[in-house]
Amino acid sequence: MVENRPFLAVLTHLVLLAGVVIVAFPVYIALVAATHGPTALTSGAMPLLPGGELFANVMQVLTENRRGVAPFWLMAWNSLWMAVIITLGKIAISIISAFAIVYFRFPGRVLAFWLIFITLMLPVEVRIIPTFKVVADLGLLNSYAGLTIPLIASATATFLFRQFFMTIPDELMEAARVDGAGPLKFFRDILLPLSRTNIAALCVILFIYGWMQYLWPLLVTIDPNYYTLMMGVKRMAAVSDADPQWNIIMAAVLLAMLPPILIVVFMQRLFVKGLVETEK
Amino acid sequence: MASIDIKGVKKVYQGNVTAIHGIDLAIGDGELVVLVGPSGCGKSTLLRMIAGLETITEGTIAIDSAVVNSREPAERDIAMVFQNYALYPHMSVRQNLEYGLKNRGTPRAEIDSRVAEAARMLEIEPFLERKPRQLSGGQRQRVAMGRAIVRQPKAFLFDEPLSNLDAKLRGQMRVEIRRLQHRLKTTSVYVTHDQLEAMTLADRLVVMNGGRIEQVGKPTEVYDRPASLFVAGFIGSPPMNLIPLEALKNIVGSAVLKDLPTETDLIGVRPDRMQTGEGEGFVLTGTVDLIEPVGGESHLYLHVEEIAAPLVMVMPGRPDLSEGAVVPIRLPLDALHPFSTRTGLRTD
Repeated sequence: MVENRPFLAVLTHLVLLAGVVIVAFPVYIALVAATHGPTALTSGAMPLLPGGELFANVMQVLTENRRGVAPFWLMAWNSLWMAVIITLGKIAISIISAFAIVYFRFPGRVLAFWLIFITLMLPVEVRIIPTFKVVADLGLLNSYAGLTIPLIASATATFLFRQFFMTIPDELMEAARVDGAGPLKFFRDILLPLSRTNIAALCVILFIYGWMQYLWPLLVTIDPNYYTLMMGVKRMAAVSDADPQWNIIMAAVLLAMLPPILIVVFMQRLFVKGLVETEK
Repeated sequence: MASIDIKGVKKVYQGNVTAIHGIDLAIGDGELVVLVGPSGCGKSTLLRMIAGLETITEGTIAIDSAVVNSREPAERDIAMVFQNYALYPHMSVRQNLEYGLKNRGTPRAEIDSRVAEAARMLEIEPFLERKPRQLSGGQRQRVAMGRAIVRQPKAFLFDEPLSNLDAKLRGQMRVEIRRLQHRLKTTSVYVTHDQLEAMTLADRLVVMNGGRIEQVGKPTEVYDRPASLFVAGFIGSPPMNLIPLEALKNIVGSAVLKDLPTETDLIGVRPDRMQTGEGEGFVLTGTVDLIEPVGGESHLYLHVEEIAAPLVMVMPGRPDLSEGAVVPIRLPLDALHPFSTRTGLRTD
């Protein structure tokens, strides 16, 4: 807009600020809570200014083993594995299916496309009971395979790649054919490098998706060796016969938020760099 | 280097749409043949069938006497230059040139010398390490040609390679392609819809329309003696004037026009063969409707009483005439082309 009205400028900024406050305040509270000693949060009045116990609380989370909860490092390791396998699996499967759908004329191509499309309407939560049954029958409970495989198929990522592949001019594929590149060579030498920025963007989104999984790991794991961070934080809060140690829980929450933040910060640079250097 | 023999080639798409109705064409070794025609005439389809990018429904295509119908494009040993260049955007110019050779397992030293040679020939040495997006349209065009040249293929196939360039650059590149082809003597098939490009580049011109060949011949032959009404209208700018024979008889009398072949009912005259003033041939009286000065020559739009469509005439320089002037127009006898509307063909 080219309008120049000071009142509107002030108003839009106020609305934006209000939005930022609404989003940021809970995070701030978590940060504050993680910096106080064990008694400050149970006294009834929530302190709004940070205290000085952050380091001690974090150390306690990292070192202390508590009842009913797996060690922090193990849970972080499990979460990381789960997020990484889901991210890589989803990208690998969806880029290959998109390649097949866009570049090959095989019988049932349209059917395959629509089947993938329809799964968009069936997220894990909807098909959770049959999926659990299948995973249980395959003996995959309490394993990384059970944690990740059912979450790997991804219609969204397949779509994203399909849309991107369709913007690549056909002549590029034809030029590669004339240049003696077979389908796999074309995929490796031309499609993959061109999809770099899409892959980076998907990595960010899918890693966070995998990291944030709560319901599915809760269902398929009983063995504490396979607990993930999201489950662990919840378990820390659900103590019987005592008040939850909010300062410790919030410190764990802060630690659990770190990897997604790092991923965004790190991948964003690649992502933005890719966007700036448009290569089409 | 090789000849290309096209025998009875047909292309039928799904849903029974026939794009090409049986084409026979023999392209000699080292010849530059231009396929020209309006869009949808099948010229690109034919080129893509030679390249192996489209399947051949019927008939055979042979490159260097070997039928290639079922060979992959890479096995046909041809190189293609695309309209949008189709350079690999993530590779440098050098990598673009090398890609085809690498895939063929050419030794490193050989690749380097061929790339250097092609880069020198096309004057793209300064850009070898750049990405295609950092190049101008003309430079990309050169790289696309370079990618064809380094392969040293049996044939070059050009699919409207100049149509994305501006007029001035197109003229330059046209000359360059011609020069390059003469130097390399590689058999080439060039597709264009631009009749000027077709006339200037071709050793032999193939005029196509509706999936059929209308005429094959040297550009000057095709221009001087168009085989059909379509060719007469398509080749030459401004296009040939077509005058109904009846109207002409009404003006000059039927006696002088009696020894034309039967079936003739349309007479064509090139705008540049018409002259003002009296003399040999037929003389019509026309009113000048409009004068378009095009620089070195002028286009006159003339209205003649008995003829419905305006006649276009090309005169050198800037004629001393004003719009509305009444002038005698002479059609020399040897400039007349007799056609039949029924068959669409030339009658003599």
